[in-house]
Amino acid sequence: MLQSHQLTFSYSPNKRFTFPDLRCNDREALLILGKSGKGKTTLLHLLALLLRPESGSVTIGNTDLTKLTPAETAGFRAAHVGIVFQKPHFVSSLSVMDNLLMANYLADKPQDRTRARQLADHLGFGDHLGKKTHQLSQGEQQRVSIARAVMNAPGVILADEPTSSLDDDNCARVVALLREQSEEIGASLIVVTHDQRLKDIFSNQVFL
Amino acid sequence: MNLLKISWANLKDKPLSSFLSGLLMTLGITIISLLLLLNKQLDEQFSKNVKGIDMVLGAKGSPLQLILSSIYQIDAPTGNIPLEEAERLTRNPMIKTAIPLSMGDNYRSFRIVGTNRKYVDHYGATVGQGKLFQNDLEVTIGARVADVTGLKPGDTFSGSHGLDEEGEAHADTRYKVVGVFSPSNTVIDQLILTPLSSVWAIHEHHEEGEAHEGEAGEEHHDEEHHEGEEHAEAGEAREITSMLIQFRNPLGMMIARGINNNSKLQAALPSIEINRLFSLLGVGVDTLRGLAVAIMIISGISVFVSLYNSLKERRYEMALMLSMGAGRTQLFGMLLLEGLVLSLIGFVLGMLLSRIGLLLFSMRAEQEFHYSLSTMGILPEEWGVLGVAILIGVLAAALPALGIYRMNISRTLAEE
Repeated sequence: MLQSHQLTFSYSPNKRFTFPDLRCNDREALLILGKSGKGKTTLLHLLALLLRPESGSVTIGNTDLTKLTPAETAGFRAAHVGIVFQKPHFVSSLSVMDNLLMANYLADKPQDRTRARQLADHLGFGDHLGKKTHQLSQGEQQRVSIARAVMNAPGVILADEPTSSLDDDNCARVVALLREQSEEIGASLIVVTHDQRLKDIFSNQVFL
Repeated sequence: MNLLKISWANLKDKPLSSFLSGLLMTLGITIISLLLLLNKQLDEQFSKNVKGIDMVLGAKGSPLQLILSSIYQIDAPTGNIPLEEAERLTRNPMIKTAIPLSMGDNYRSFRIVGTNRKYVDHYGATVGQGKLFQNDLEVTIGARVADVTGLKPGDTFSGSHGLDEEGEAHADTRYKVVGVFSPSNTVIDQLILTPLSSVWAIHEHHEEGEAHEGEAGEEHHDEEHHEGEEHAEAGEAREITSMLIQFRNPLGMMIARGINNNSKLQAALPSIEINRLFSLLGVGVDTLRGLAVAIMIISGISVFVSLYNSLKERRYEMALMLSMGAGRTQLFGMLLLEGLVLSLIGFVLGMLLSRIGLLLFSMRAEQEFHYSLSTMGILPEEWGVLGVAILIGVLAAALPALGIYRMNISRTLAEE
């Protein structure tokens, strides 16, 4: 479960964001829609505590993230938050498999090859585990990053424009997989996007 | 999956720039280590063979040449001296021992040296097979001579005039091998020793033969530095090439000046000449060492540049890993590891190559100078080289890697 309360942030005195309060229960999905420049990515980074809010709080489970030290934040994020970025980025020198295992490694969890292989089979890139990530298509790469986000079975999955660079087929597939995976691990799914194609798929929506 | 594996994958992902950095590091370490090895080997060889010899008495000429020819048996002798005069000069209470040497012939480029038992005892050589030479034309050969030529006790051979294999052979008189020395790792391993008198015996024969050959024979004669014109004139006067002298106490040094000023002979002090030789060589060694250090520093710069460039490309990767829970220190360590791995690879390959280089050099040295070099262990100084290599690798990686601590995760992730 993720909750935010009176979040504000400013990059400069005349560019100030005030965000509506959010609440997303376990196994639920929340779509945050907004045009460019409305602070979508900023909000997502605040929820993941990649940015510190000026005021307000973000609570995941029973933990208020704003009360953690930077080191604790990093550890907490690694264990409880999975992030899917707009463009799928990976450690390019490592294979797909190692990129998945890295999620375990960086969260100090045992490296679960079996889970990585199951996820890969399920998300349809089981044949590509030994390849480098740049050898995969955009759609495949985005599915790898979904698998990476759920490797540690986090309580919250945050997705930043996960479909903006995909065609309709891949878009539908990626969103379906995101929802399916987050429900399977009982996570709250929050998707930030300007992609109008997603409007009809999510029932919970917030406009910025 | 661990940091080392990621570092290694990153190095493999940029094979060319990793190769260049590694190559430069290897090259620098190879040169430095080779210099250290050679220096040690030469030092050992030179000091082992000089031990106990305080002065060399010989004909006038270059003192260094006299030392090199008489102690190390690697240069041509300076000429001959009358035995009688040498004995007169060494009849001095300051002088403990005086070992006469007479050379000028060789067998398959191994020098045949006329001397006496004291020479053998001086180097602590022991006869392994057979016995020590006693009579004219009997020889006891060094271990390497036996290895290379296959001579064994009971065999006979005829020496050639001069110090090169091509010298004309004394076909009418043959030496007889009566013994082989055990290996002593001194100059004796490379020598064929015979009584002083057999060198005279051989050349008396030879002189008679040559007298009939006329002019051509004379010319050949001069080149050899061996039997000077004096010999022909003096007739029966006994000559030797040089005398190795041990003093009773360090004050013996004073004799050297007396001899150099007041006689036709020359007295050379090995300690001074060898220092001079090493200081001459030292200029070259220092230059090479400087070059090697420069190469290692360039390798450090190459590590720096390639890491700096790849970090610019990998900014997003770093931010990604940070967002996934990596600590900044963890990532900093990962980047240091890349420099460290290159240094270590350079060190291991450098050690390997320098040993191969020494082996090749040693094979050539054995052929040309009959000097063998060995010892493949890691020298204490080489651990110092390892330290410097690691320092360079780590520093070169640390400078660009410090950027990790300044990175704004959110902005970097949002930028792309």
